[in-house]
Amino acid sequence: MTTVSMTVNGKEVSADVEDRTLLVDYIRENLKLTGTHVGCDTSQCGACVVHVDGKAVKACTMLAAQAAGSEVVTIEGLANGGDLHPVQAAFHEHHGLQCGFCTPGMIMTAVDMIERAKASGQKLDEATIRSELEGNICRCTGYHNIVRAIEAAAG
Amino acid sequence: MGVEGIGARVLRKEDQRFITGKGRYTDDFNRPGQLFAVFVRSPHAHALIKSVDISEAKDCEGVHAIYTGEDVAADGLGGMPCGFAPGGGPQNAPPRPALLKDKVRFVGDMVAVVIAESVALARDAAGKVNVEYEALPSNTDTAKAMDADTPQLHEEAPNNVVMHWEIGEADPVEAAFAKADHVTSLDIINNRKVPNAMEPRAANAEYDPAADSFTLYTTSQNPHITRLLLAAYVLGISEGKLRVISPDVGGGFGSKIPFYPEEAVVTWACRKVSRPVKWTSDRTEAFLSDTHGRDHVTKAELAMDKDGKFLALRVDTKASLGAYLSTFGMLSSTYLYGTVLSGPYDIPAIHCKVSGVFTNTCPIDAERGAGRPEATYLVERLVETAARETGIGVVEIRKRNFIREFPYQTAVVLQYDTGDYETALEMALDKADYAGFEARKKESAANGKLRGVGFSTYIEACGLAPSNIAGAIGAGIGLYESAEIRFNPTGSVSVMTGTQTQGQGHETAFAQVVASKLGIEVGNVDIIHGDTGSVQWGHGTYGSRSLAVGGSAISAACDKVIEKAKKVAAHMMEADAADITFENGEFSVSGTDKTKTIGEVILTAMVPHDYPLTDMEPGLDQRSFYDPANFTYPAGTHICEVEVDPDTGVTEVVKFTAVDDFGNVVNPMIVEGQVHGGVTHGVGQALFEKALYDEEGQMVNASYMDYIIPHADNVPSFAVGYTNTPCTHNPLGVKGCGEAGAIAAPPAVINAITDAIGVRDLDMPATPQKVWDIIQSNGSAKAAE
Repeated sequence: MTTVSMTVNGKEVSADVEDRTLLVDYIRENLKLTGTHVGCDTSQCGACVVHVDGKAVKACTMLAAQAAGSEVVTIEGLANGGDLHPVQAAFHEHHGLQCGFCTPGMIMTAVDMIERAKASGQKLDEATIRSELEGNICRCTGYHNIVRAIEAAAG
Repeated sequence: MGVEGIGARVLRKEDQRFITGKGRYTDDFNRPGQLFAVFVRSPHAHALIKSVDISEAKDCEGVHAIYTGEDVAADGLGGMPCGFAPGGGPQNAPPRPALLKDKVRFVGDMVAVVIAESVALARDAAGKVNVEYEALPSNTDTAKAMDADTPQLHEEAPNNVVMHWEIGEADPVEAAFAKADHVTSLDIINNRKVPNAMEPRAANAEYDPAADSFTLYTTSQNPHITRLLLAAYVLGISEGKLRVISPDVGGGFGSKIPFYPEEAVVTWACRKVSRPVKWTSDRTEAFLSDTHGRDHVTKAELAMDKDGKFLALRVDTKASLGAYLSTFGMLSSTYLYGTVLSGPYDIPAIHCKVSGVFTNTCPIDAERGAGRPEATYLVERLVETAARETGIGVVEIRKRNFIREFPYQTAVVLQYDTGDYETALEMALDKADYAGFEARKKESAANGKLRGVGFSTYIEACGLAPSNIAGAIGAGIGLYESAEIRFNPTGSVSVMTGTQTQGQGHETAFAQVVASKLGIEVGNVDIIHGDTGSVQWGHGTYGSRSLAVGGSAISAACDKVIEKAKKVAAHMMEADAADITFENGEFSVSGTDKTKTIGEVILTAMVPHDYPLTDMEPGLDQRSFYDPANFTYPAGTHICEVEVDPDTGVTEVVKFTAVDDFGNVVNPMIVEGQVHGGVTHGVGQALFEKALYDEEGQMVNASYMDYIIPHADNVPSFAVGYTNTPCTHNPLGVKGCGEAGAIAAPPAVINAITDAIGVRDLDMPATPQKVWDIIQSNGSAKAAE
């Protein structure tokens, strides 16, 4: 067992975990933040995407210990109090979700995508959005409305 | 109320919890003291179990118990029941114990369960359960399952035959073929598909010794059915001693309809270990053990006269049912298949034979569309092929054969109540700019691409199901739906529905129905579902039934509410109940200016201080059961355009147009989402998806590394439109929309590819290798040069 500490959604957290514990299990099992989901075991589906030190990361692809000392943001930490993040609001307004299972990972990926595009001055067109969503699988929406939501949030 | 009622594009009420990470799926629930289950699964497709040695595993860290097939048998745990058997022989239904002790029949079959302090520790110990197998030859090829030299799965099923089933009459079909001017014939494989709900299955069971009762959290599309089968058939307890909760469910697509052995084992085991027991599938387990769909091998023939008028359809299908009969395994390849073979066409004679067979593969059950995609695929492939062979043209041949008078009695039992197929076709031609196709084809050719267009004018039968029909064809249950409306004194309502959502937006759409009927704001209507502890009996969600059957039950309950509320309003306004009218949430006395709002009436009924208690019970709560008189028949035209790269064989869907007749639409935003998702399932089946079993029976693509489901860059944005012929027999005039895309899209995509590369025969999935091979052999690449 190892004591792993990090900052999650602005709060200092710490837990004793087995060395092999994945970041996603640390988030779900130790912190009980169950908005981050596990949809596969090969790092394809993207349901577990969180932000680690400002970058979108699949929380199933890193050990909790590798995130020690990092700033982690999960879907639960995205809204500012009662105010939804613009990407959350856009998914709602454009019906970019159905069952909701892939949604947290989709939104965290989309936030990262939009922020990177803004930083580099790139315009997010449909083809780019679809390409950038390579690491996130949705089985419900056919992606159509997810793309609309990201276009809208990207402005 | 118009802005929130039926027909309005109301944003979904359920979104708030999902976009903030507050959704509650089965795996999100943790019970005090809970242990974790990991199953020991067979690595062999077919083998005798010689011994199971748990001596090393049981001493592993954190292990509380290990149970094997012997333990299950010793406790007398019932086998997994089969919920549907069609008429016709021989209907062999061998037993399926929850854990196997003598023989395994597919890779993933369960031999033992390890229950430990954590998933990781359970997994460690499961790796140390030593099972000695004697491998047997296996069969995973549906076409060969009945051959004399094919290995047999079950003693009870000679030649691996589950059943021979047929529908329609053979003699008129034979006569029609004898006089036909043209016959189009295709050999078709409908590829085995894995449903792939993004939320893996999970089950978490808890036993309360004080009440001698169980609570099971599980990923189910129909928790009441799970409760019935688990309590009555497996545990042998009263249904009242088992509460099944199916909370937020992350997609189902049919895979969460069946009752699974994992659910049986964790519920049985939680009492034995006196601790809650939780199991969550990983994705590999999901590929191996979530029921699969399709897997048909078919010869299909269409006879027509010299004018292209269809005379008869003859279909002979071998359908794999996997290694065991899943809960509704036999339904998809029989009644949900044979009955829709007429499509939207007037086909005077149809005969369909189906042989259901066992193979050493994961059991088959419903997958989005369930039987209707298989039927639609072969009909639309035949029709398009016939149009090309005869030169009549793909649009014209459909127009010549569309049903135009309703009700229409098909040659395969069903009677269509209403429809207008040509209007949808015309709208789709316009929306897809079919007239501009040749110009786009030239443009593609200039870019070195082969462009093709394909059609699918589909029909489906949904709104499962009229109970009398369901009973007559072998279902052990009625398929009505229930609704209960409970009022709170200040005017908000809770509506209990026996349907269950896996993302379809019931909490919003059903609230819109109530808003329209009662004049109560959507925000004040809570839809309660997925909990046998709080919801009266119901049948769950599948077969595009929720709105057509469940919504109709809600509508009927609202009518009962209005009927009683009129009496209350009459008392309040000192009028005769016969003179009370109700509109837009307001009760009025005819011929006067007296009115009372529904809120006032609710308060009076709930707080009956000035109330004729001797004549009338207080309260307004009502319950209703709705049993449909017929199936509903959504239909429409889907047009797909593809570009094929002749150098790589890669197909890109560049344009997809869907015009559907779903009857009245409650929430167009939600319906469009269902079409987008359904079409994407269909594109997946056409281009990418197939469960691949090798000769040893190993599923070789049991992960997202190897089994491709569509990603965002595999599909285009969709053009969607509607026509509307309201359903004639349910109070909402709705038909259902959840499966249409998955039913309609596969033939549209394949017809487009065969058009692009100039080939007649092409089985799904149209992988780049397959398409490239055809292009190399038929020289169609030259067209793009």
